[in-house]
Amino acid sequence: MKNKVLRRVYVWERPVRLYHWLNALVIVALCITGYLIGAPLAIQSNAEASHSYWFGIVRFIHFLAAYLFFFNFIFRIYWGFVGNKYANWKNFVPTSKAFFKEMWDVIRIDIFLKRNREHLAVGHNALAGFIYFLTFIAFAIQCLTGGGLYAAMSDGWLPALFAWVPGVFGNDQTLRMVHHITMWFFIVFAIIHVYLVFYHDFVEGRGEMSSMGGGWKFIEEEVFHKHKA
Amino acid sequence: MASSAKPQRPTYYEELIQKGYSRRDFMKFTTMIAAYLGLESSGVAQITEALMTKSRLPVIWLHFQECTCCSESFIRSSHPIVADIILDKISLDYTETLMAASGHQAEAAMHKTMTDYPGEYVLCVEGSVPVDADGAYCCIGGKSAVDILQEAAAGAKAIIAWGSCACNGCVQAAKPNPTGATPIHKLVKGKPIIKVPGCPPIGEVMAGVLVHVVTFGRIPELDRIGRPKAFYSKRVHDSCYRRPFYDAGLFVESFDDENARKGYCLYKVGCKGPTTYNACGVTKWNNGTSYPIQSGHGCIGCSEENFWDNGPFYRRLSSFPGFGIESTADKIGTIAAGVTAAGIAAHAIGTNIMKKKIIQSHIQEGRSGAKELDIEK
Repeated sequence: MKNKVLRRVYVWERPVRLYHWLNALVIVALCITGYLIGAPLAIQSNAEASHSYWFGIVRFIHFLAAYLFFFNFIFRIYWGFVGNKYANWKNFVPTSKAFFKEMWDVIRIDIFLKRNREHLAVGHNALAGFIYFLTFIAFAIQCLTGGGLYAAMSDGWLPALFAWVPGVFGNDQTLRMVHHITMWFFIVFAIIHVYLVFYHDFVEGRGEMSSMGGGWKFIEEEVFHKHKA
Repeated sequence: MASSAKPQRPTYYEELIQKGYSRRDFMKFTTMIAAYLGLESSGVAQITEALMTKSRLPVIWLHFQECTCCSESFIRSSHPIVADIILDKISLDYTETLMAASGHQAEAAMHKTMTDYPGEYVLCVEGSVPVDADGAYCCIGGKSAVDILQEAAAGAKAIIAWGSCACNGCVQAAKPNPTGATPIHKLVKGKPIIKVPGCPPIGEVMAGVLVHVVTFGRIPELDRIGRPKAFYSKRVHDSCYRRPFYDAGLFVESFDDENARKGYCLYKVGCKGPTTYNACGVTKWNNGTSYPIQSGHGCIGCSEENFWDNGPFYRRLSSFPGFGIESTADKIGTIAAGVTAAGIAAHAIGTNIMKKKIIQSHIQEGRSGAKELDIEK
């Protein structure tokens, strides 16, 4: 059989990779600490309250990670306008008929597993891009609700920008609920996301998994020329 | 008092002296109120001067869908002058609960205030207003609450919405809200409205709001949703004496455990202090005796909008709407994650079947590459 010749394509620029891994790290930290804040562990202890501060530390990590998450998110939006074509915002927002058509193709081929067919995209495929668009909306919801909850306990100018949020929801309990439910979106997203990276790497053999490390994907010579045309 | 001419009213101070209070009592009262309002010490003089020079503020106090707990709280505030000077017959031109007049006389008293002091009187409203069935669920003197409110609000200088009923509808507005119970700010537009939520609000807070209006002639500084900042800018959690246990992660697990005896934080048994804005932790209740958390029960968030539907009271996480009373976001989330994992397992198996050719060709290609390397060696 004929061996494939693969061309190296620089897909994920260094800022995108740094964004991705910082985002992954802080989201894991936020989910773990956030879950603990919602349902603290039962610690039976004879220590005096003045000698322990573990819940305070959990909350501190949550707030610190939240600041990193927020600025990282802002940076990614900025990079969506100045980065390469694979980082551009147009990959995420369905703006054309072709976008929807590609989404449908991906659903048929990769989700419903059309027999022995591949959908080969160089950067994000349309469905992935759209799902990331939904996660950006979830990011925004978490920033707004989290900032709104945080505003009442801070004098800083940044949290103060979110002080209007509780008024929209009427009360903090509802705000807290929305913040909590959205956490589950991230958990479910992470499970599917990691699986699909495995899937693409396994089925397409183009270095999907390592692409977020070095930034490269490897495209078959003939596909490369097809994209070029 | 001549009934035809506008009566010349005595000042608050004069009324008090007539009632038998000493100047010393009066000064104690102004000092106390200044402290509750969070004013600096010069504020005492301002309040004293205002109450000595200003004649009493005409007040109409309406009761709609409510339980009168606001009035009860008010007349039990820690200084007797609060009740005497502001709520007693001196100050109130009309209030169903406490006025001596009844029937037509009472209606006449209200109308007299409205016509004698247009644009001057303060309208206090206790209770929500039912708007369904043309307001038939609450009628007083043959008129619906909606009509009474609109009529009284038209000439009011400002409106004070007492308690959660008037501020956000309280229990009678809980799903499915059968009478269409509606808070005041949704019915009256174009008037300054002070929201003093709570079920009931703290008596001292109510007195403080009224004294502020009398002293400064304007409404106190309000937050974004219309509550006086002096009393509602901090969460119960922020001023709670059990807060150190929260930060230390020491929680009551059930009401009969050792931790409850030690007075640990009530967060895990449903305390809504972290999401409730009120002055309970500082001002407390019944002459500063205690407040719910001090008595070993979590805050139920009675001064927050929708607190009745954000239950249960004894669980930290609210029920998830539409999934039954026992469903929390965590239960639903766990199920969603489980279903996702099962879906992925099925998809992974499906992939190996449906994409077999592609996968096999990769494997073959890879193996032949590896073999060639061996030969070259």
